[in-house]
Amino acid sequence: MSEKTDRPKRMETRLPEKFMPTINYNTCVQCKRCVNECSFQAIDVRDNKVVPKGGCVACGRCIAVCPTSAIEIRPLPSQFPPHGNWTERMRRGIYAQANSGGVLLSSCGTDEPYDVIFEDILLDAAQVTNPSIDPLREPVETRTYLGGRPGRIEVCEGEHMKLCGGEGPIIEMDMPIMLGHVSLGSVSYNTQKALFMAAKELNIIAGSGEGGLHEDFYVYADHICSEVASGRFGVNASYLKNTAAVEIKVGQGAKPGLGGHLPGEKVTKLISETRMIPLGTDALSPYPHHDIYSIEDLQQLISVLKEATEYGRPVGVKIAAVHNVGAIASGIVRAGADFITIDGFKGGTGSAPRVIRDNAGLPIEVAIAVVDKRLTDEGLRNRVTIAAGGGIRCSADMIKAIALGADIAMVSTAAMIAMGCRVCQQCHRGLCPWGIATQREDLMARLDPEQAAARVVRLFRAWNEELREVIGGMGIDSVESLVGNRDRLRYMGPNPKIAEVMGLKTVGEGWG
Amino acid sequence: MSNIDYEYHADECDCGKDCTFTKEGVATIRADGRDTGKGPLHYKTLNCAIRKAIASDIRTIIIEEVMGQRYIGATASGTDLRIVVHGTPGNSLGAFLNGPTIEVLGNAQDMTGNTMNSGKIIIHGNAWDVTGLSARGGTIMIKGSSGYRVGIHMKEFGKTRPSLVIGGTVKDYLGEYMAGGTILVLGLRSHVDSPVGHNIGAGMHGGRIYVRGKVTSRQLGPGAIISPVTEEDSAELTSLIEEFEGYFGEPVGRDYSNFVKIHPSSSRPFSGYYDKTNI
Ligand code: SF4
Ligand code: SF4
Repeated sequence: MSEKTDRPKRMETRLPEKFMPTINYNTCVQCKRCVNECSFQAIDVRDNKVVPKGGCVACGRCIAVCPTSAIEIRPLPSQFPPHGNWTERMRRGIYAQANSGGVLLSSCGTDEPYDVIFEDILLDAAQVTNPSIDPLREPVETRTYLGGRPGRIEVCEGEHMKLCGGEGPIIEMDMPIMLGHVSLGSVSYNTQKALFMAAKELNIIAGSGEGGLHEDFYVYADHICSEVASGRFGVNASYLKNTAAVEIKVGQGAKPGLGGHLPGEKVTKLISETRMIPLGTDALSPYPHHDIYSIEDLQQLISVLKEATEYGRPVGVKIAAVHNVGAIASGIVRAGADFITIDGFKGGTGSAPRVIRDNAGLPIEVAIAVVDKRLTDEGLRNRVTIAAGGGIRCSADMIKAIALGADIAMVSTAAMIAMGCRVCQQCHRGLCPWGIATQREDLMARLDPEQAAARVVRLFRAWNEELREVIGGMGIDSVESLVGNRDRLRYMGPNPKIAEVMGLKTVGEGWG
Repeated sequence: MSNIDYEYHADECDCGKDCTFTKEGVATIRADGRDTGKGPLHYKTLNCAIRKAIASDIRTIIIEEVMGQRYIGATASGTDLRIVVHGTPGNSLGAFLNGPTIEVLGNAQDMTGNTMNSGKIIIHGNAWDVTGLSARGGTIMIKGSSGYRVGIHMKEFGKTRPSLVIGGTVKDYLGEYMAGGTILVLGLRSHVDSPVGHNIGAGMHGGRIYVRGKVTSRQLGPGAIISPVTEEDSAELTSLIEEFEGYFGEPVGRDYSNFVKIHPSSSRPFSGYYDKTNI
């Protein structure tokens, strides 16, 4: 909370442009569409001619709408004297903060070029000794369950045989994919609707995010995992009942340890009604849940949510991947959670301080492996479902995540990209030109929920086919047999210590 | 190896022995389980018995000999439902409460009225930490005192506005992150200088806190400021105090000159905090 001061702006440094829409006047027909479509107002009209004005973020909207393909967005060369240590990004950050005194904000997952451990891992395949399976002629099962796993099942005899121990609420999904939590507020109504429609069509689960659930979406209840976050936005009896699963959000991969601030200008009438907060005020999610200061407290929130849903819904806990994630996950299972969601540090966000987005957390690959190993060692792994995301970009990443120990791959950014997102990292400005991360009516209307949902459905059906191909090729006939099957992975990266921590053999090592 | 004993059953109150006695539309549940011969009821059993009573259209439920059972009345709905608790309920009493009145003839523990939606919780003793967390409607009246982190992130929406009245004193972190609603601390029977602790209203961006007694700006968290009570405030104060006196029969008085009001300095505490430059 800064005090507003009216500093003289005399010394303000203007940052050079990063991108430039370049218009080919030979083909441009001066239809002005790009001018109207650019929500960043980076194109202007001068002397009845469209001209670049500055502020382009390379969102690509103008390219998509130009009828004559007259626009090209050029990344401009650095305008700074080269320096290996004082990179352009460092210097731009300093100029910006010296101008504003503010905390630098951004969105999407970190764009820093960190190593991708998924790319250092190779999958196995069957040859000779264990036949591979052709999914076209033999079943390769991708059905997945979300919820508490029975530690034991007892069948007791009475008048009829019945289960008398071990059954809990569990959700059946057609593929090991969960659409991650994106809240109404960070994205538009149409975007959330598209995600829920896709989840229903695919028979999987989509996260509600922490912004409550609009009553229109109660029809998708069987495919929604609703979130109880520190702000408790929209959390009431009907919210907890109109959902397939409940998830306590402790942390988010893009901003571990932080809460959230939805700026007042995004708290429109719709958002205020869904979050049940006053119009136009900042919506603050406190950093911790103030009723959870320990694992014992977490156990109580899990228990009260189970009471509230009359033991009819799985109750899980979502945490950001942090260095002690194994021990934390163990505590969460012991506290009675039915599932754990782990969000890696490359996970997306509608808004996060850059300093935390770019610097804090743990790669999801490592987090999955250490949690799976820790829970297995402690005899707890068979009680929970693990969903993991934050950096899963394609079916290969998903398959590797499952083999490392996750039951379910949580994916959001890929679904957004399927809908048109260009990962321009401007979501926090509320001006998304693709109608995704915005509350402005005119921009929102650019996203057609049916078409967007169909794109997401096609994407994940394709991923699921690729999953069936690959595990069939490994000679595995069910995705459940791949979970935690690290013996079918080999590490080929630069750091054998990482392989050791993840329990991976390196390339060239055989079985046994 | 794990030594967790997993219990999945929600229908534990189907033990065959009835712990609920119904007479003329009033259900009485003995939480010490004396009549079941099985010892005190587990919270799951007690809550299951409560849910059953509600489902069979009972509108008054009396629970006797409550010994720390948690989550009593969680998500209970209906404005005509009344739950009377004799003894000491456990944590998260009346969580997500949606209309009913819960009256406790004893002390309550932590997290009373957690994320409550509407209804009333009346405590004839003290209520400890984290009372009224994230409440967005309804009324919590406490005759005695409350502890730390009380009324954090209460918020109002439309016509619903939560109120929390504490007869005695509270400790630190009162009304942090508050986004709406009213907290009133009466400081009755207190001998300390100020009936409230430190870091009051940190991050507050809505709502109001009235305190009968002294508060200095050093007790406030960032984002909160102190003002004298206005005419408009006194109408709300009078109605809350009348309600308090009605429940507990303890006179408070109407001299508002020794009350102070704590409220947010802005509804947008984070505007200007961030830099959105595309570095
Ligand atoms: S529409 Fe997007 S790409 Fe085109 S000029 Fe505007 S900001 Fe740049
Ligand atoms: S959602 Fe919109 S604003 Fe956010 S990165 Fe994607 S295109 Fe850009």
